[in-house]
Amino acid sequence: MSKPVEQLDSVVIRFAGDSGDGMQLTGGRFTSETALSGNDLATFPDFPAEIRAPAGSLPGVSGFQVHFADHDILTPGDLPDVLVAMNPAALKANLRDLRPGATLIVDTDAFTDRNLQKAGYAGSPLDDGSLDGYQVHAVPLTSMTVGALKDVSGVTPREAERAKNMFALGLMSWLYGRPVESTLEFLQTKFAKRPEIAEANVKAFNTGYAFGETSESFAVQYEVRPAKLAPGRYRQITGNAALSYGLIAASRLSGLPLFLGAYPITPASSILEELAKHKSFGVRTFQAEDEIAAAGAALGASFGGALGVTTSAGPGVVLKSETVGLAVALELPLVIVDVQRAGPSTGMPTKPEQGDLLMVLHGRNSESPVPVLAAGTPGDCFYAAIEAARVALTYRTPVYLLSDAYLANGAEPWRIPDISSLAPIDVRFAEPDGDEFLPYRRDPETLARPWAIPGTPGLEHRIGGLEKANETGNVSYDPENHDLMTQLRAQKVAGVKVDDQPVDHQEGADVLVLSWGGTFGPVHAGVRRIRRRGGKVAHAHLRWLNPFPANLGDVLRSYDRVLVPEMNLGQLLQLVRARFLIDAVGYNRVTGRPFKAAEIAAAIEDLL
Amino acid sequence: MSDVKLTMKDFKSDQEVRWCPGCGDYAILAAVQSFMPELGLEREKIVFISGIGCAARFPYYMQTYGMHSIHGRAPAIATGLAVTRPDLSVWVVTGDGDALSIGGNHLIHALRRNVNLKILLFNNRIYGLTKGQYSPTSGQGKVTGSTPAGSIDYPFNPLALALGAGATFVARALDVDKAGLTGVLRRAAAHRGAAFVEIFQNCNIYNDGEFAAIREDRDARTYLAHGEEFAGTGIVHDETDLSTAFELAQLSFEHGGAIPLGVFRDVDRPSYDDLLQAQLDAAPGEGDLQALVASGDTWTIS
Repeated sequence: MSKPVEQLDSVVIRFAGDSGDGMQLTGGRFTSETALSGNDLATFPDFPAEIRAPAGSLPGVSGFQVHFADHDILTPGDLPDVLVAMNPAALKANLRDLRPGATLIVDTDAFTDRNLQKAGYAGSPLDDGSLDGYQVHAVPLTSMTVGALKDVSGVTPREAERAKNMFALGLMSWLYGRPVESTLEFLQTKFAKRPEIAEANVKAFNTGYAFGETSESFAVQYEVRPAKLAPGRYRQITGNAALSYGLIAASRLSGLPLFLGAYPITPASSILEELAKHKSFGVRTFQAEDEIAAAGAALGASFGGALGVTTSAGPGVVLKSETVGLAVALELPLVIVDVQRAGPSTGMPTKPEQGDLLMVLHGRNSESPVPVLAAGTPGDCFYAAIEAARVALTYRTPVYLLSDAYLANGAEPWRIPDISSLAPIDVRFAEPDGDEFLPYRRDPETLARPWAIPGTPGLEHRIGGLEKANETGNVSYDPENHDLMTQLRAQKVAGVKVDDQPVDHQEGADVLVLSWGGTFGPVHAGVRRIRRRGGKVAHAHLRWLNPFPANLGDVLRSYDRVLVPEMNLGQLLQLVRARFLIDAVGYNRVTGRPFKAAEIAAAIEDLL
Repeated sequence: MSDVKLTMKDFKSDQEVRWCPGCGDYAILAAVQSFMPELGLEREKIVFISGIGCAARFPYYMQTYGMHSIHGRAPAIATGLAVTRPDLSVWVVTGDGDALSIGGNHLIHALRRNVNLKILLFNNRIYGLTKGQYSPTSGQGKVTGSTPAGSIDYPFNPLALALGAGATFVARALDVDKAGLTGVLRRAAAHRGAAFVEIFQNCNIYNDGEFAAIREDRDARTYLAHGEEFAGTGIVHDETDLSTAFELAQLSFEHGGAIPLGVFRDVDRPSYDDLLQAQLDAAPGEGDLQALVASGDTWTIS
């Protein structure tokens, strides 16, 4: 009884419901099935900071967007093609984002007077013709789920109702021809301790799948063929997972034990939780009493010869700045991860922004230079973490690694790295050599000072936040010495070796788009759109914000116009204008949502 | 006992000591340097970490590893060191402003976790390095630069605070009482876990005479002895009983009578460092990083 199959090259689906409806889980499972189908994909989980806002209310709507395709894609998609809305609030909150003519799948059981009222609808949009421009599939998801589960013993009516998200997932899995085995296995494992709940969820899933096959509401099934990605073994990964793995890899590559000091904060907490699982890698995680102690403990661990790391988001990073300043003075390694979120102050904790760049560059007293780098995609967080550790350990300096809420939670297919191909990080602790030990005598090449860890006989020394005499490290108030030390600290950071900036150049392009951090996907997608329309544009995406790549000035000056799109009010823009005296222009939007490819394309268009 | 044989001289660094002449810190430094050989550890195995303030200059004068860090944060920094380097003997030197004002949070959490740190709080009841403002242990009515009409702040009782925070070792000593201080240091060093030692320290510039009653009069120094009644108070000391320790901690100069010196509390509770190490030891095998990055559902594109 198969239905006709229509080929699509890409689809954007958004699952939306109450915070308690399990939309993140549903979206995550659909993503896993999609990954196993071999599509390229990108996801955008978008949820409120409140754990359970009032049921049925607009602030309580939680969404999960997934974009999948038979070709290489870069973003979770500008405009969803399909919205699965579990209640009126989910419909109302998301309708304006959909492309014209989009498909709606709504749970009609949730369209009660009370829920309509909570969402601010005067009457039901299912009846008043306001959805005429969409393909609406009105499905009584809840009652069909409850009906299907009435014979499953040991499951309360409330529990049966909660399985409606699996009905929806089953239906969507049929509609897009997804492989279902991994989800069925997942449910058995997740509810292993309550087999009746496992059975209920499996049954709800299968019922939804069968409903798609048989219901007249769905005339066709869709197929999105596997994408042609680079050969290799893949998995899907989120930014925070990749970052955690990168830190463990850096520990292995350097031979130093990893110590993480952290305080729970959205959207960085999952790094702490991930690393806490990996004690068999010798990882010590320390949930500190506050952000300050988290950074302090990490620096204390570094003093003792560990790879000290502290992770947070902007409101926590601001508290760590005195410790980072101490690490600048002590010249000890420390990796500080800032998973940026929208601000100021508490701001919008679950939403991404790029507003912390100038803070991490300059947010310390006096001249306190710190290297800064940023990850570009979820999977790139792995490599960025290794690079952050490499520079911190090589140059004995704190290093800021910037991620953001979009990278942290967004997932993409990730080609599994071959660990044996990663370059070791060469760390040498100071050893006694018979001469007087000088804790601030520098390596002539890197300007790094020796790292003499406690336990090394004969190298007992004292370091501190007071200015130190060059070489001896003794407390010094000498004016010329302070000038010298200030210069040396600046030179050391300015001299950090970073790769030359690669440019995705296009013959004939006189406009360059310069981006950094988590906007890589949408910015490059915008660049591609321009090129598809025949426009000429080049793109450079920065990994290092401090120091800049040595060739950056030459790169910028070789284009007539430079566009710097940022999810802030022009922070990198200010830096490149000041540093290179070029008349770059910004594209700046601070909405708490990732850029859309279309708006980037429009901004480029304005310069062509 | 270890066969490491060192003397007090081995623990003196080459740095000129720069406290004010007559400061109680000199006596404490001498007592600590003189006690260090008793640890039986090589110097490289000992680390002193401090925050900011007069007391915080202490590490510069010790020929061990040391860090003079930031205001109030020494317990946090020392925690990171202690839990990654169980082979070290880690000491925190702090003052009443450093430990109880800006660093109060770190102090109480280090104590409740029972991190294997020896915390020496030099209590002079004044801010010395910033030239004489009242501190969180200054008494109400104290006239200082920042309280010309007298302090209206009610002071902390450091021992009661430590006891309330769940400290497993709490003691008090007096700067110039070398024998008493050494005895307390010995007990603190032997304690596995966080040891909190309040040391009454005279600031002869900004708060001279604060502890004169026992500093000037050796006979007025009264010591706690486990199992014995304290100074005719009817309180029979029990180092393992929290209520007794609290009761003894309330005896103050302000109320007159004897001021207890010595060990208020000494109980065994697994230290944070040991518990963490046990979890690491219990973790299965050495992690396979290639397997970790390839965990979860995977697929192959050829």
